[in-house]
Amino acid sequence: MTLTAPSHNPPLSGPQTDLQPVSMRTEGGLRAYLRKVVAIAAKDLRAEARAKENLSAMIAFSVLAVVVFGLAFDLRVPRADMVAPGVLWVVVLFAGVLGLNRVFGAEVDRGSLSALLLAPIDRSAIYFGKVIAQMAFMLTMEAFVVPIVLVIFDVNLFSPWILAGLFLGTLGYVSVGTLFAALTASTRARETMLPILLLPVMVPIFVAGVGLTANILDGREVAEFGRWFLILAVYDLVFITIAFLIFDLIWEDA
Amino acid sequence: MTTAAMTRRRTATGGWEVALLALNVATVIAMAALVWASLLYARPAINLSGDEQTAQRIFYLHMGCNIGALAGFIVSLTGSIIYLLTRNLDWDRATQASIEVGTICGLGTIVTGIFWAKPTWNTYWTWDPRLTTATITVLLYIAYLLFRNGIDNRRTRARFGSIYALFAFLSLPLTYYSARWFRSIHPVVFSGDNPEAQGGFALGATMTQTLFIAAIAFSLLFSSLMILRWRILRLEDRAAELREEIE
Amino acid sequence: MTDTALISVHNLHKRFGRKPVLRGIDLDVAQGEVVALLGANGAGKTTLMRMICGLAKPDRGEITLGGVSLRRAGRELRRYIGLVTHAPLLYDSLSAQENLHFFAALYDLDQPEDRIESVLRAVELWARRRDPVRTYSRGMIQRLAIARAVLHSPPVLLLDEPDTGLDQSSSQMLHDLIRRLGASNRAILLSTHNLDRAVEWADSVCLLGNGKIVRREPTGQLNGDRLRQIYAEADGTP
Repeated sequence: MTLTAPSHNPPLSGPQTDLQPVSMRTEGGLRAYLRKVVAIAAKDLRAEARAKENLSAMIAFSVLAVVVFGLAFDLRVPRADMVAPGVLWVVVLFAGVLGLNRVFGAEVDRGSLSALLLAPIDRSAIYFGKVIAQMAFMLTMEAFVVPIVLVIFDVNLFSPWILAGLFLGTLGYVSVGTLFAALTASTRARETMLPILLLPVMVPIFVAGVGLTANILDGREVAEFGRWFLILAVYDLVFITIAFLIFDLIWEDA
Repeated sequence: MTTAAMTRRRTATGGWEVALLALNVATVIAMAALVWASLLYARPAINLSGDEQTAQRIFYLHMGCNIGALAGFIVSLTGSIIYLLTRNLDWDRATQASIEVGTICGLGTIVTGIFWAKPTWNTYWTWDPRLTTATITVLLYIAYLLFRNGIDNRRTRARFGSIYALFAFLSLPLTYYSARWFRSIHPVVFSGDNPEAQGGFALGATMTQTLFIAAIAFSLLFSSLMILRWRILRLEDRAAELREEIE
Repeated sequence: MTDTALISVHNLHKRFGRKPVLRGIDLDVAQGEVVALLGANGAGKTTLMRMICGLAKPDRGEITLGGVSLRRAGRELRRYIGLVTHAPLLYDSLSAQENLHFFAALYDLDQPEDRIESVLRAVELWARRRDPVRTYSRGMIQRLAIARAVLHSPPVLLLDEPDTGLDQSSSQMLHDLIRRLGASNRAILLSTHNLDRAVEWADSVCLLGNGKIVRREPTGQLNGDRLRQIYAEADGTP
């Protein structure tokens, strides 16, 4: 194969170092793959840290939603702490959509998606890099939502089991959500389509999440709420695996 | 040889056409039989009375629609997987057709469920795990159809549709189980509401037979509608291809 | 097919929905050659370039780079392709340096620091390397886009209207860069609307019209006016 990076330079005046040959590490391997996943995640995190538009919108929306729910239920529900698990998970799911819309939306809008697709990387690396970045965003948002739900609904959410459940649920949500974001990125009405596609598929996570939060707040035993963790674990495992396997298919004919 | 003659010859391909006609006729007969059986033949439930007793007859339609929705689920799950493996558009059309018919059956399940629930349990809606799963299924179907609608490229539409269908249907078993476990620990709020009892009536012989008729009738109905719809989709795609060739 | 043709396109067809855009494109670009692609808006120049990079799939036809089929070895071949389009393909909240670091990681470059510095100096953006791309002028963005495209020193370079919206000095810089890149045994395919530049920058021009390559001329004997004539004959609107 005659394709090698050019190995000679004609003598020129002026800056000529741009035409030096480059050496690229072309062997594959897990470390190279992980390096790229980390690079993509880091890029997303850094871009967000600079622009600050995505995360602040998610946090603002979620805090607002909790307050509105609190007010709505205060008027009618005798024991507001009973609805707290539902409120927590509803807010997380809906606020998360705001973030997910931007996962690929921003790339498509700016045209940088082509740059990612042009790179000699396994497309699944894009998937995992973005999942990691989105997890960071969602967990940050949840760090705001949990204390506020705690205050407004007067429930102690800082149990390790509840937080573990929240983590697993968020993982499943982000894994499927990122894939669906890729699916909707180039279709019409992308922002409205994503929640319509995503939320019905999230029902197991939602039910398991509310179930385990409610069980723990009610003071039940691990044996009883363990089943919810089973659902979350199975969901996460199955869907992350499948997403990894088929992510490439999405970009088949750009 | 005129084009019309060629087209006519293509569509009248003997065996399949006759089979489809037979299927459609069988469907009409079976559905008529079901109407008769559910309204007249099946004896009223002994332990129920008044409105509840009459409303119980909706149960046959309800179960039938459920079977249709289940058939839709199975066919579309198979269709999407096979499409992704073979890229044969016929399977994509089968997926779309079965989801469309499945949506109608699913809506039927929900509506008949509502009409049955009010006289029986004095509430329009119960979060019965089967009803919940049926509702989520219909929402998934509608999302699938809306999604497809927004994609112009034929192959991308088929591919993305199949990918979504795959995810959607994989989540349904988990949805069902989570709804079931949720119900079993949920405090009973409405009087007379026993989520596992399904309206609590004993099944007599005529009722079992009617259920059997319902199962057959709705399976036939699903098949006819799905195949007819599949044929239409095929012709639509063919028409689009011909239009492209002309240009 | 000779193995001096680094880019080889054979009988390429593409339609979007019902509209056929490319109806059988045959095009070769040899190593060390700069080819200018000309055509009206919507003629399919961008589509053709996207297919050569592997960003779009043809309905029919073959693309080979350096003798290797793109269909078979797409992912590996991407390592050897650089693309500049009118969309900058950059992250505007990051700085030039951060952008290039990111792409260097994706392309597995050894010693990215040195490479990034030399590239940025070549496009004269070294002084502004820490500023976010958001603050750049159009000309600077385009220069950075070119830097990104040549960062991994690809033998195949595709430039889709790289001179649009550039001021005179940036345009001159682009010209120098292209000439030097062309001299270093790369295959360069560029598209432009500016016929004078096409004659100046390229070794030969191809006219894309009605989905096919209608004319191909070496630029040695051409000047801008003669090219305008040819263009008008072939297509109708210069």
